[in-house]
Amino acid sequence: MKFDDEPIVPGYPLPILPGHTSPGRFERVLRAGSFAITTELAPPDSADPEDVYKRARVFDGYVDAINATDGSGANCHMSSIAVCALLTRIGYAPIMQISCRDRNRIAIQGDILGGAAMGVCNMLCLTGDGVQAGDHPQAKPVFDLDCVSLLEIARNLRDEHRFQSGRKITYAPRVFLGAAENPSGLPHVWRAQRLAKKVTAGAQFIQTQYCYDLPLLRTFMRHVEDLGLIGKIFILAGVGPLRSAKTAEWMRKHVPGMHVPDSIIARIQGAADQAREGRNICVELIQQMREIPGISGAHVMAYRQEESVAEIVDRSGVLQGRAPWYPGRDTPPASQRTA
Amino acid sequence: MYRVRLWSVRRARGMNAFYRGFEAMLARLHPLFEALGYERIERPVAVVEHAVKGLLFDCRMCGQCILSSSGMSCPMNCPKSLRNGPCGGVRANGNCEVNEDMRCVWVEAYQGSVRIPGGVEAMSKVQLAVDQRQQGRSSWLRVAREKAEEKAAARAGGAPQAPA
Repeated sequence: MKFDDEPIVPGYPLPILPGHTSPGRFERVLRAGSFAITTELAPPDSADPEDVYKRARVFDGYVDAINATDGSGANCHMSSIAVCALLTRIGYAPIMQISCRDRNRIAIQGDILGGAAMGVCNMLCLTGDGVQAGDHPQAKPVFDLDCVSLLEIARNLRDEHRFQSGRKITYAPRVFLGAAENPSGLPHVWRAQRLAKKVTAGAQFIQTQYCYDLPLLRTFMRHVEDLGLIGKIFILAGVGPLRSAKTAEWMRKHVPGMHVPDSIIARIQGAADQAREGRNICVELIQQMREIPGISGAHVMAYRQEESVAEIVDRSGVLQGRAPWYPGRDTPPASQRTA
Repeated sequence: MYRVRLWSVRRARGMNAFYRGFEAMLARLHPLFEALGYERIERPVAVVEHAVKGLLFDCRMCGQCILSSSGMSCPMNCPKSLRNGPCGGVRANGNCEVNEDMRCVWVEAYQGSVRIPGGVEAMSKVQLAVDQRQQGRSSWLRVAREKAEEKAAARAGGAPQAPA
């Protein structure tokens, strides 16, 4: 999708359209009604910016926004805000993940302003995994806020131009706010209510945990519909390729809140090329999710298989020929240039 | 105590009904508390409150009690101090992601909320960020003062106020 007001200089913000809260492409794609694709960039254990760009380039042309994780799984990596700042420099649309585990409200509010100042248009408010899950279990868990109180604070920064303390800010962060949800989490019946709570607190889009159980996702979406939330929130369903039956078993056991039905594991187990079957399942899931009312996109998480995202999205056909913007997309190759 | 805490959630309906009566009594005692001085009685009342609620709910004295909105399951026992419902990491058996031998505080809270009339609606209300300065202070005294102030404001305002 090309916008006629596309800036020439990468990283320069687009104008904010009426009814939008951010100048970002991601919000534009969703509000235009296109099926959006987002993915996750695993931040490097390095201080080299090229490591970030290398990881972003593999998604070129297939994703509308890239999540920069914030110490995901409670493991230490390059910070989310720094990854985002590097990405916005050359025009990418990152989604800055903010976890409540490592920072208190003073640090987080500072990062929201700082991120927005560096061109970050999308922020995902998360509680974060517990420190026991990661590589520094000896660390102090902060959890000064939870994801809902964080959303409320971020929205007030944007709409009321105030810190949580009530003190005024002079220029508000123009951001599109998101949250996560786990449709397969317990208690199942209350998950949609929890989503409603996030919408009340300020969430405009939701990215879900992996959904391998479509009947469960459909039930969840029916609950969401019953609460009158369809049309009030953009929901991107989480998917990802499972590399092998063994990985699936491991993830089910060790990744908090991850639910993989036995049928999926059996199907991968029975395939000659397990990794390929995992990608096939992912493609089919995206196609089926697209048909569920209220699902606005897919969030493709392919940890350590990032190069497979382009193939999966391409084969699913959900972009319908659309090529999301990436640095250099609209620059003709040197051989075709006239001047 | 963990077992007593689970027992209290199973009796959420009775606990909540009792608390409603207790809260009304606290509000009526406001003139007495004021005469004695809220700050002067803060410590002794907090000690009693901690003893009672510590036994029944494993209360952590956050000073901003929301037990009625969490099915009588104290959310401050959540290792992530979540006050707005369970995280996405609840185990398939309903236990905590962080502490696998403990029931998820919010799975319990939902079960308690179902037992309280209007409990699920209360649980769906957004809880704002906790004020860490209230840690260790009495929620009871806070409620007594707030209820009295609300009443006084309603009387002084003359105009109809939102029902408390």
